[in-house]
Amino acid sequence: MNNQNLFSTKGLLLVAKRAVLFTLLFSIMNCTDDKQKVVNFTNLVLAEEFDVNGPPNPEVWSYNIGTGQNGWGNNELQYYTDRPENVTVQNGYMIITARKESFNGSQYTSARLVTKGKFEQQYGRFEARMRLPWGQGIWPAFWMLGADIDDNPWPGAGEIDIMELRGQNPNILLGTVHGPGYSAGQSISKSYTLPNDRFDTGFHIFGIEWGPNYINFYVDDVLYNQITPADVPGEWVFNKPFYILMNVAVGGNFVGSPNTETVFPQTMLVDYVRVYN
Amino acid sequence: MKNLTIKHIAIVILSGTMMCTTTSCERGLSEDAEFATFPKNPDVFIDGFSGGLQYLPFGGSKLDAFKVDTQTKYSGTSSMRFDVPNVNDPGGAFAGAIFPDMAGRDLTGFDALTFWAKATTSATINEIGFGTDFGENKFQTTLNNMRISTAWTKYIIPLPDPSQLVAERGMFWYAEGPENGNGYTFWIDELKFEKLGTIAQPRPAMFAGVDREEQTFIGAVIPITGLTQTFNLASGINQTVTAAPSYFSFRSSDTDVALVNENGVVTVVGEGTAEITATLNGVRASGSLSIESLGEFLQAPTPPARNPADVISVFSDAYTNIPVDFNNGFFAPFQTTLGGAITLNGQNIIQYTNLNFVATEFKNPTINISQMTHFHVDIFISEPITTGDFISIELGDFGPNNVFGGGDDSARRIQFPSTSLSRNQWISLDIPIADFALASRNNLAQIFFISDGTISTILVDNMYFYR
Repeated sequence: MNNQNLFSTKGLLLVAKRAVLFTLLFSIMNCTDDKQKVVNFTNLVLAEEFDVNGPPNPEVWSYNIGTGQNGWGNNELQYYTDRPENVTVQNGYMIITARKESFNGSQYTSARLVTKGKFEQQYGRFEARMRLPWGQGIWPAFWMLGADIDDNPWPGAGEIDIMELRGQNPNILLGTVHGPGYSAGQSISKSYTLPNDRFDTGFHIFGIEWGPNYINFYVDDVLYNQITPADVPGEWVFNKPFYILMNVAVGGNFVGSPNTETVFPQTMLVDYVRVYN
Repeated sequence: MKNLTIKHIAIVILSGTMMCTTTSCERGLSEDAEFATFPKNPDVFIDGFSGGLQYLPFGGSKLDAFKVDTQTKYSGTSSMRFDVPNVNDPGGAFAGAIFPDMAGRDLTGFDALTFWAKATTSATINEIGFGTDFGENKFQTTLNNMRISTAWTKYIIPLPDPSQLVAERGMFWYAEGPENGNGYTFWIDELKFEKLGTIAQPRPAMFAGVDREEQTFIGAVIPITGLTQTFNLASGINQTVTAAPSYFSFRSSDTDVALVNENGVVTVVGEGTAEITATLNGVRASGSLSIESLGEFLQAPTPPARNPADVISVFSDAYTNIPVDFNNGFFAPFQTTLGGAITLNGQNIIQYTNLNFVATEFKNPTINISQMTHFHVDIFISEPITTGDFISIELGDFGPNNVFGGGDDSARRIQFPSTSLSRNQWISLDIPIADFALASRNNLAQIFFISDGTISTILVDNMYFYR
């Protein structure tokens, strides 16, 4: 009886996911205008649905552990771990949890997952359906780095931020690219304010459609930016494979530190990560 | 396309409901039936009073503190102007009013009361909100200590739970006194209810989020205070408002020990332990009340009838008491003692917790005990008494100058060691006043209880001097 219920719930979920997908496809296909070159990627090549409880699929995901250099280059405050306290798959979601706790000299812990060496791709549609954390100093991100980063250090390798959000601005999404001559404060970025809603109270689909010489940024059925070589004041470094990163950072230059008003723990729920080519 | 799908689902659900209704043979609502609803008008004051809105100032306030101002406004043609009086303004000590629409409005479609405001000077408005109607004030909601500046700024007062505001009459209210003795003026414009969609992450609280523990008796009545609702706003600010008890659902873990009513008042009805918790719109409030009920309250012995000339009573239901300034002065920073006067089964007693020392003070006026012979007090201790525990009683006299200090004060204490104390029964002390050996007994103003933390909780009753 219980099993049956479980199956029917899962079935519903699947149907719901497909419905959203369909709507999205439908919307995107209808979103084109003559200013935007849109190629549709419909061949699903990666579908992380997080349907198996436990650690995330090790064939796709590995971890950045620790504090990196200077808090991963941003003076971030968290210590990244691969403990279930910081990342786990439960009930159809990958849950990344930022906690306030003393751990190996840091005051916060969290997790950062990467597909480096496991899933890398040039061009395609990359999207994730997520519910984001909130509060001063909380910095969730779904982003990508150039797969040649070991030989071609940042920012030369290129970075595509599909979703970044400052927890103190819970309704403002940022989509950004970094490259040589346009990184950090000089990155090419655009924000999108969710009308009469916010990103921490429900699930939203964050994605890019990325092809030769363009990256289109969208959330749900809204295409809110296109970046092309004409928009960047340096070399276009996005015609090569990239890998995916997902994390919840705490503090750092981009968001500032948490304060007494920040509620911990904070969770980012990831319903799925899907990539098409 | 989408509409079609929704309609289809709606029909399926409807027919399902109808089948249920039919088979259960109950009288269903006709399709033509419509529930009576209240107007959903969001406007309170845009460029004038919205339909039905009234201005009702508080008694004792400056009645003409509010005006419609056509000179200073944020937008449109006019704003609400509030002139907070100076101290000693003969017109009224403060500015304060309610703005109800007595016909009631349906606010369920909104999530915030918003307005633009500025002032002639930076100030802190004591109380501002909605939900007061000079009636039940059932859903009173208050933003306390709202900072205001000289620049027009938008303010957001979240609705603690819009779903309950189906017929709300209190559209707006405020109360503000002088700032450091000085009056000033503030303006409010574009006052309205809005559906912002960004009022999120509710975190209700009782007792301001503190887990309280109370040791008490059958018959004790404990009101739940510190009821708040906190939302995170789009600006990143966590906005807390004081929310009336009716927004909350209260629960007692054991209704044989304690009951809690819809006004958040706890009544202890039996012996044992119970935990009182609350939810607001399904969200568990932080904070709780853990009650340990010791059972039937043993009343202190009733003092004998005396000629009024033979007794000066400080705290007793048996005699007429002198004016008392307080039963707990909360002397910072050294005093830990909490508590004060409470009512148990209609009897006034004093309960002190976290006792180190505490004073009852009566200096308006001080009393002359020079004609009295004894000091009486009843003390009840329910915790185990161990060697080294003590209670000291100290009398304080302000001396000939009749004010605290000045070098003529006289204070002496008498200590009662553990061997003279007993648990779970009233200890009646009748101490000869001569034993205190006070230099002055004409201007007595203080009675202290001191345990230095050796005994944490005491009940006190029947403090009086007699002859």
